[in-house]
Amino acid sequence: MSAIPEKRLIPDRLGTSATRLFGSWEALLFAVAVLIFIANSLASPYFLNAWNLSDATFNFTEKAMVAFAMALLIIAGEIDLSVAAIIALASTAMGAAAQAGVGTPGLVAIGIGTGVGCGVVNGILVAGLRLPSIVVTIGTMSLFRGIAYIVLGDKAYGGYPGSFAYFGQGYVFWVFSFEFVLFAVLAILFAALLHATNFGRRVYAIGNNEFAARFSGIRVERIKFTLFLLTGLMSGIAAVCLTSRLGSTRPSIAQGWELEIVTMVVLGGVSILGGAGTIGGVVIAAFVMGLVTFGLGLLNVPGIVMSIFIGLLLIVTITLPVIIRQFRHRKSA
Amino acid sequence: MIRQLFKFREMLLVIIIAILLAVFSTRSPGFATPGNLANIFNDTSILIILALGQMAVILTKSIDLSVAANVAFTGMAVGMLNAAHPELPLALILVVALCIGAVLGAINGIFVWKLNIPSIVVTLGTLTIYRGMAFVLSGGAWVNAHQMTAPFLQTPRQLFLGLPILGWTAIVIVAVMHLVMSRTFLGRAIYASGGNPTAAVYAGIDVGRTRFFAFVISGTLAGLCGYLWVSRYAVAYVDIAAGFELDTVAACVIGGISTLGGIGSVAGAVLGALFLGVIKNALPVINISPFAQMAISGSVIIAAVIFNARQERRRGRIILRDRGASEQIEVAA
Amino acid sequence: MNKISLPEPVSETPLLEMRGISKSFPGVKALSDVNIALYPGRVTALIGENGAGKSTLVKILTGIYESDEGDIQVDGKPVVFTNAQDAIDFGVTAIHQETVLFDELSVAENIFLGHAPKTRLGLVDWKAVNARSLALLHSLESNIDPRVRLKDLSIAQRHLVAIARALSVDARIVIMDEPTAALSRKEVDDLFQIVKRLKAQGKAILFISHKFDEVYEIADHYAVFRDGKAVGSGALADVGQDEIVKLMVGRSIEHAFPKVDIPLGETVLSVENYTHPTEFRDISFALRKGEIFGIYGLVGAGRSEICQSLFGVTKPSGGALKLGGKEIVISSPSDAIKAGIVYVPEERGRHGAVLQLPIYQNISLPSLTRTSRSGFLRAAEEFALARKYAERFDLRAAALSVPVGTLSGGNQQKVVIGKWLATQPKILILDEPTKGIDIGSKAAVHAFISELAGEGLSIIMVSSELPEILGMSDRVLVMREGLSAGIFERSQLNAETLVRAATGNA
Repeated sequence: MSAIPEKRLIPDRLGTSATRLFGSWEALLFAVAVLIFIANSLASPYFLNAWNLSDATFNFTEKAMVAFAMALLIIAGEIDLSVAAIIALASTAMGAAAQAGVGTPGLVAIGIGTGVGCGVVNGILVAGLRLPSIVVTIGTMSLFRGIAYIVLGDKAYGGYPGSFAYFGQGYVFWVFSFEFVLFAVLAILFAALLHATNFGRRVYAIGNNEFAARFSGIRVERIKFTLFLLTGLMSGIAAVCLTSRLGSTRPSIAQGWELEIVTMVVLGGVSILGGAGTIGGVVIAAFVMGLVTFGLGLLNVPGIVMSIFIGLLLIVTITLPVIIRQFRHRKSA
Repeated sequence: MIRQLFKFREMLLVIIIAILLAVFSTRSPGFATPGNLANIFNDTSILIILALGQMAVILTKSIDLSVAANVAFTGMAVGMLNAAHPELPLALILVVALCIGAVLGAINGIFVWKLNIPSIVVTLGTLTIYRGMAFVLSGGAWVNAHQMTAPFLQTPRQLFLGLPILGWTAIVIVAVMHLVMSRTFLGRAIYASGGNPTAAVYAGIDVGRTRFFAFVISGTLAGLCGYLWVSRYAVAYVDIAAGFELDTVAACVIGGISTLGGIGSVAGAVLGALFLGVIKNALPVINISPFAQMAISGSVIIAAVIFNARQERRRGRIILRDRGASEQIEVAA
Repeated sequence: MNKISLPEPVSETPLLEMRGISKSFPGVKALSDVNIALYPGRVTALIGENGAGKSTLVKILTGIYESDEGDIQVDGKPVVFTNAQDAIDFGVTAIHQETVLFDELSVAENIFLGHAPKTRLGLVDWKAVNARSLALLHSLESNIDPRVRLKDLSIAQRHLVAIARALSVDARIVIMDEPTAALSRKEVDDLFQIVKRLKAQGKAILFISHKFDEVYEIADHYAVFRDGKAVGSGALADVGQDEIVKLMVGRSIEHAFPKVDIPLGETVLSVENYTHPTEFRDISFALRKGEIFGIYGLVGAGRSEICQSLFGVTKPSGGALKLGGKEIVISSPSDAIKAGIVYVPEERGRHGAVLQLPIYQNISLPSLTRTSRSGFLRAAEEFALARKYAERFDLRAAALSVPVGTLSGGNQQKVVIGKWLATQPKILILDEPTKGIDIGSKAAVHAFISELAGEGLSIIMVSSELPEILGMSDRVLVMREGLSAGIFERSQLNAETLVRAATGNA
């Protein structure tokens, strides 16, 4: 070791930002996305078409909106498995309101309000009563969707006003749908919230070490409550888009989405154990999942088989780094 | 003290179930007759068996969300086997079901044991994969009653002392699980791995391997239930038991099994399952739409989680050893 | 001291021998080329500072870690421990610092977990388990009921259960890792009777402690570790305490505490009859400006608990708190920070720092409202704040953006203290401020504690290290089993008084 000067000046950072970016999970994921894009365009002549690609974005925009909020929640060390049920309940509430003749602005308010209300319920149970979020949200998942079933049974709501269709079917300009633009705006907002604010820093601190965060004066419960509320809010917004796109509501709407949303978040490099991850990663993961689903769809692969791919994608992306690490460790030992 | 608490907890559940039965029989005199009670027990048998597997997993501080998908795949596999080879004896089919279930459980367990992946992620992934495989296996086709042989369909329905073989199967499994949990090394290791993983390692227990075996138990029981389910409902299709994994978790939570691991009993899981079974069977009797069942089990899960948390919080560390202090604890609690 | 001195057993073969053991972790060489031998019927004391590699050695011996290099021999035959069960099979058992047992299981289950007697059907024979547990506990002259849950026992009783567990596996090599840390003198005496009995049965004992009087009382041999190396070993009768201290720290040190006597100012904080439902009762004291107020007591006496309730982590059930004469209620750490009270916790890694986050983010964490603008982070401000305290404490780190977890214990502590000073507090609570820190950094920590008090900061310092308490404090509160055992002025301070008050031995 070289001689250490009396008072060393410690640099702020090591390496350049380029070297740090290059080795990241997001870079790897981005490469995967590019590969899938190339494979898709080789596999199907219909793939490289602006309108087809625009259609493909509907595969992920609604889920990704919820995934942004879920990413913050998982980084903070919690999880919300009730998101899909919130979407179902919000959609049911809008359906009932539409039946009663409520107009488009009212429907949007009811959808978002239901989402926020459900988020508040989860927040009170987890942050207020300090209960484990996995079990609590398994409970609220049954409760929220159960209410939708009580209201709807085996029936369906339809008859939404014409102007309501804009959120799921409208285009802002050229091939850019309202949903896609909303997705992009929300991505920027959430990235700013997580990476550029005190709130985001505190979320990371809680996820890495809740004790130390609490001991640093962070109001852990308040932040967790806010995160559940935010997740409810985003589920409400997703419900508006989805309901508008489908034009009808069944209690089984968005069934199983919670798994796809968690998969998207984890695939995006967010640690399921909390404390690490970026919104950029989740955005790329959304594209990867959208492209895989769309590509398989062009090849006429049925939906349930696609879900095998999604499940495999989840397990492989999590196990691969572990296996590589173990392999390297064995080699060096 | 905690043993008394468990007794208290289990007694409480017995009393609640008894009260429910009494209330329901005022609405419908036939409800609490021995014949109908045997019927309810028989109807709840599959949930009891699956809840016991889930209990073993939860005690080790893990969760198995893939049990219902395991039921679907195994059920489809044995249903198709029976349809294709009606000459095969039922005993062989049972062995096949148990083996398939065990292998699917072992796959979950391997990821948790060897790669240290959180069980919730692994089983979220395998949940979609196993059900997807059921689709791949069948091509989406159903196996109907007329394709299956009489012994395959009728054996679990044979009455023995007034209770069908299905119910007796559950009783046998309860007895076996009780022996395993209380009288074998594996049983103690399961409690120790969840209660205090660090201490378990020092005591020479391989926590990962213990979790693996818990998943194998859960998988094997799910395999058994795959056969039982298909024979009971006389049909096999991809979506059987969809969402049933949540009922198994609910039964455990209601039965007082702590989702933090290490606390819970076989009796608790069985009573939790029976509680859900009684409610499910009572709904038509008291003129509540069967669609309400989901919301009710959601509410019950939430209530049980709150109740469990209160029980667990009550124990404080005791430093002050004189009597005055212990009186204060009573006041504070 | 009634120790019979024994000659170096040249003719005896060691029961267990470790040769050339090395073990590295990312960034740290925990053990390098270490040799140690344990002889039947002898107690070997393993002595070393925190971080010298003692616990790593224990973990290798009990099969929790595998060594990178070197070999272990039992009865002269090489053995490999790949997991804890292997070590148990070769008769190695350990009684750990924090007794690692199972709260929810019964005493008997704890004793026989993993090797319970079985019935002919291969099932656990509970009758035999309970009976044999009872016999074992009787042989330790204890009347603990083997059927009660472990969590209903006192710390000393848990120790006995751990010892009973060690005996139940018919161990030949018993490792005792700081077994006396939480025990009263009477309990220590009882423990030593048991150790003597184990010796008489021909068991080899590795006794880890940093209390010299105990080491001299019970041990025959010694081995001293420093910075992951074995720097000396032999018969204890041949060496004096000074020599062992010299081996431990690498130089002879007359540790001078840089205590500066400054005139104490007005009362800053007064604590009146503070009471917690389970942890402490009726604690009263007044803290003055510029004072270093020591709190001493055995582990579990409620010292940390009172600090944590002053910091708002736990809620007191009674009593009052006055800050500058005004009554205040602190119900969360953020209330405390606003009131100017900050707390450097004992467990740095668990409560003090977010090890995965960079240094600068840790330092700015409680001061984010000052380094940010309308809720948005300003990295330049954060780095400036971090740099100020990094330079003040001469922090050794590759960059301010490396995770705190990559630093040494002493440097981590500098980050944690820096993070709190950045909030510009009035009262600093230090809980075991030099635990797990090498001797060089210790002196530095003591120096700036004095410096801070000189600047008018009021300091509450919890410590189990008598020299630290004696050397640094203006006044000392001694706690015993959750109660105050007296407040002692600086003029009254001496080791004997404090220990007597802390243990209740009149």
